[in-house]
Amino acid sequence: MTTTTAEPLTRKDFASPTAIRWCPGCGDYSILTTMQGILPTLGIPKENFVFVSGIGCSSRFPYYMNTYGFHTIHGRAPAVSTGVKLTNPNLQVWVITGDGDALSIGGNHFIHALRRNMDLKIILFNNRIYGLTKGQYSPTSGVGTVSPSTPYGSVDLPLSPISMALGAEAGFVARTSDNDVKHMGEVFAAAAAYKGAALVEVLQNCVIFADKIHEPYYGRASRNDSLLYLKHGEPLRYGKELEKGLTLDKMTMKTKVNPAEGEVMIHDEKESSGALAFYLSRLSHPEFPVPVGVFRNVERPSYYNAMRGQIDAATAKNPPSLEKLYNSGSTWTVG
Amino acid sequence: MSTDIQNIPIFPNEKSHIDVDSVTIRFAGDSGDGMQITGTQFTDASAIFGNDLATMPDFPAEIRAPAGTVAGVSAYQIHFSSQDIKTPGDDLNVLVAMNAAALKANVMDLEEGGILLIDEAGFTEKDIEKAEMKSNPLEDGSLAGYRVIRANITELTINAVKETGLKGKSAELCKNFFTLGMMYWLYDRPLNHTLKWLDEKYGPKTKYKDKPEIAESNKRALTAGYNFADTVELFTSHYRVKKAALPQGKYRKISGNEATVFGLLTASQKSGRPLFYGSYPITPASDILHGLSKHKNFGVITFQAEDEIAAIASAIGSAYAGGLGVTATSGPGICLKLEAMGLGVMTELPLIIVDVQRGGPSTGLPTKTEQSDLLMVMFGRSGDSPLPVLAAKSPSDCFNMAVEAARIALKYMTPVVLLTDGYIANGSEPWLIPDHNAIPAMKTNLAVPVAGETFQAYARDPVSNARKWAIPGTPGLEHRIGGLEKARNTGSVAYDPENHQAMTNERHAKIAGIANDIPLAEVVGHKDGDALVVSWGGTFGTVSTAVEECIKAGLKLGHVHLNYLNPFPKNLGEILNGFDRVIVPELNMGQLKMLLGGTFGIQIQGINQVRGKPFKVSYLASELHRILETQK
Repeated sequence: MTTTTAEPLTRKDFASPTAIRWCPGCGDYSILTTMQGILPTLGIPKENFVFVSGIGCSSRFPYYMNTYGFHTIHGRAPAVSTGVKLTNPNLQVWVITGDGDALSIGGNHFIHALRRNMDLKIILFNNRIYGLTKGQYSPTSGVGTVSPSTPYGSVDLPLSPISMALGAEAGFVARTSDNDVKHMGEVFAAAAAYKGAALVEVLQNCVIFADKIHEPYYGRASRNDSLLYLKHGEPLRYGKELEKGLTLDKMTMKTKVNPAEGEVMIHDEKESSGALAFYLSRLSHPEFPVPVGVFRNVERPSYYNAMRGQIDAATAKNPPSLEKLYNSGSTWTVG
Repeated sequence: MSTDIQNIPIFPNEKSHIDVDSVTIRFAGDSGDGMQITGTQFTDASAIFGNDLATMPDFPAEIRAPAGTVAGVSAYQIHFSSQDIKTPGDDLNVLVAMNAAALKANVMDLEEGGILLIDEAGFTEKDIEKAEMKSNPLEDGSLAGYRVIRANITELTINAVKETGLKGKSAELCKNFFTLGMMYWLYDRPLNHTLKWLDEKYGPKTKYKDKPEIAESNKRALTAGYNFADTVELFTSHYRVKKAALPQGKYRKISGNEATVFGLLTASQKSGRPLFYGSYPITPASDILHGLSKHKNFGVITFQAEDEIAAIASAIGSAYAGGLGVTATSGPGICLKLEAMGLGVMTELPLIIVDVQRGGPSTGLPTKTEQSDLLMVMFGRSGDSPLPVLAAKSPSDCFNMAVEAARIALKYMTPVVLLTDGYIANGSEPWLIPDHNAIPAMKTNLAVPVAGETFQAYARDPVSNARKWAIPGTPGLEHRIGGLEKARNTGSVAYDPENHQAMTNERHAKIAGIANDIPLAEVVGHKDGDALVVSWGGTFGTVSTAVEECIKAGLKLGHVHLNYLNPFPKNLGEILNGFDRVIVPELNMGQLKMLLGGTFGIQIQGINQVRGKPFKVSYLASELHRILETQK
């Protein structure tokens, strides 16, 4: 058994004995390995990590982590996690979810966990398809997606998890991809360091039902021309030689090759209104590069601290006493 | 300005006193007329005076339905007595009607020859029209069967408060206290409790400190109403309801929802587990959320969730993390929580789900009572999904059953449903304040790491069948749980047929075994009578009173009241088999009847009513007579 660790933790400490049952080649594997690699670096005892998931392929994740874990019901992981975190604030709670789980059946909980700034690290595996139920289109599938439930092509308009999170007032919003483990590790570490609700969208490949769905922009051949790596305080440039940049013309974002000095926008993840982050969240392939990295990282008041403040003040003023409670209000004596 | 309390006669005397055992009064008016406050004040004064009592508020589902309409009528009923009573009363001895709509909605419950106190100001042509009445009942002779007492209470009130500077609508608003003053005179209640309450509510230490005229006007209205009744020849006599011979001790008045709050706080203190209450506002359960939110000094975490599902999901999360997880709602909310309740069953976590039942289906009757969620909480989940179901029998019993629900949840590691209903949740009665030291500490099943052993999340206690509670943050107990079927002992995911059968059996055996740990059912009345009456939940007061009356009238009846619906007390089958006839009165179309019939294979006669109101004792008694007079 593990006691409070004298020896530093390693990746192996987080590998669970359970056999992994994702499809060979699934993007989930690299996310799992990256997570197992990051946790030992956070300086948190192993017993204080909790992984909570909903339903879907991604939601099997907790079984594969040798930590506390709770595989809950479809869409409800942010709500279950809220109870975990409020009851024991010393736990670092990671929510593992997918595009169907978080944005469709669990949309309401997703929004409100972010709004409240509940201290949860939400990792959203976005493969733009329902995998576990065998390939139906999801809330992030493009219009025209042919699937078992949409043989003539889907007609729903998709949504962006990043825009949705920003609309829900999230203070930390980021995107990374399953094929760039170094970047993913950095983003996970930044999410872990954030005090409050952090949302990380991972562009993840479903090798069976939506293979290569992200390939046009994150594939090795095209990535330099179509991904924009967000770096705080640096110009929003991309391209092999960083020869392209984002500019703002009145209210419209544009891409420009070889822009003039000073013309390129500067990334500011601390921008308080969230407007810049929202602008960036609207960019989509092929008209624009797809931004990856941290969109927004601003401090917001913590739900837990505010709640605990009220409890502590009430307890200090009026220590708990059942006798006082029972005898509160009007009483009378018989006999 | 100050009211001269010295001059208020506490027991005025020229008019004769008539002693009565018990009285039922209903205050009815528009929802803006302050009838709930009036009723509550009368109740408090009667409780402090020493009567036994039971109350029943009845308010509209709309916050402010159009003034003057029947939909907007709000009422508060109190039954107070020198005897032991268990119901808010059947027929009214007194009806206070502040307007035509209030009269129309309530007069059918007034006994023949009963006192009907009318505010004439609420019977203008416009009021009659809004109440959709064909003619003015004060003039058409339709009230001839009652002792009608008419006064222009509104005008009298305006005159009484004139000197405080309060005018118009604000002055009129004091009319409920004028009315209360009249009723205090009629039933010999002292005014001092209400005068003090007005000072506390509107006095210098409140947000009304810059408006001293509010407290003053209401005090004047109360006193003026009292003096008015004493002076004018409206009433020929007044009534005295002597103190009841209640067991000795210190009392307070308590409603069912308050009692649930106290019970949950007590359970948290007695178990040493922090109370987490996840809830979404819903009538008639919201007062539990309001109540617990006031008691943050007990460390209680109240979380107003985004919906009913998040409310229970967060409570499950808390239970996983070592909290005493609780959620409460009403029927429509339970519908949304059922899937999560199944997760609680599968993960075997301690959890309390309170269902304050109301009329259904769907949105149904939000402010009216019913007992129609029993089968839903028993069976409304996917798969074979047993959990304990308890029901409180009266407002104060909500305290006992909330404590009991927590004891069972923590000892057996299971979600527990506690059923109350709109009637006992909002109704109130005197509560003999318990000695908190006499309430035993609650055992929990906390797991302790053992060196060299892998933690087995589903290893069971040989007696209780409960699994261990391994709380995140404990080194060495890292484990995963979830909604997928669990392998025996280890708790890993398992799909094989033998394991599923074995785990289903284990879950059933665990809940069934709780029968060894709850009180036996007890027959009150004739243990070898002609028929057994079986009731459950909030109908206890009316059913037991009706059975007592029937026994006095010569029927040979036994009565069993059930606080435990799953599992049933283990002697219940034996008791049922000892009677030729079993009668089950319930406020639904036959749910306990179906449960008992299915469990014990017996024929049962139901008395079923769904009118949004408790049974009337007289109705039950006449039904029992009718059934017993019919050949089986």
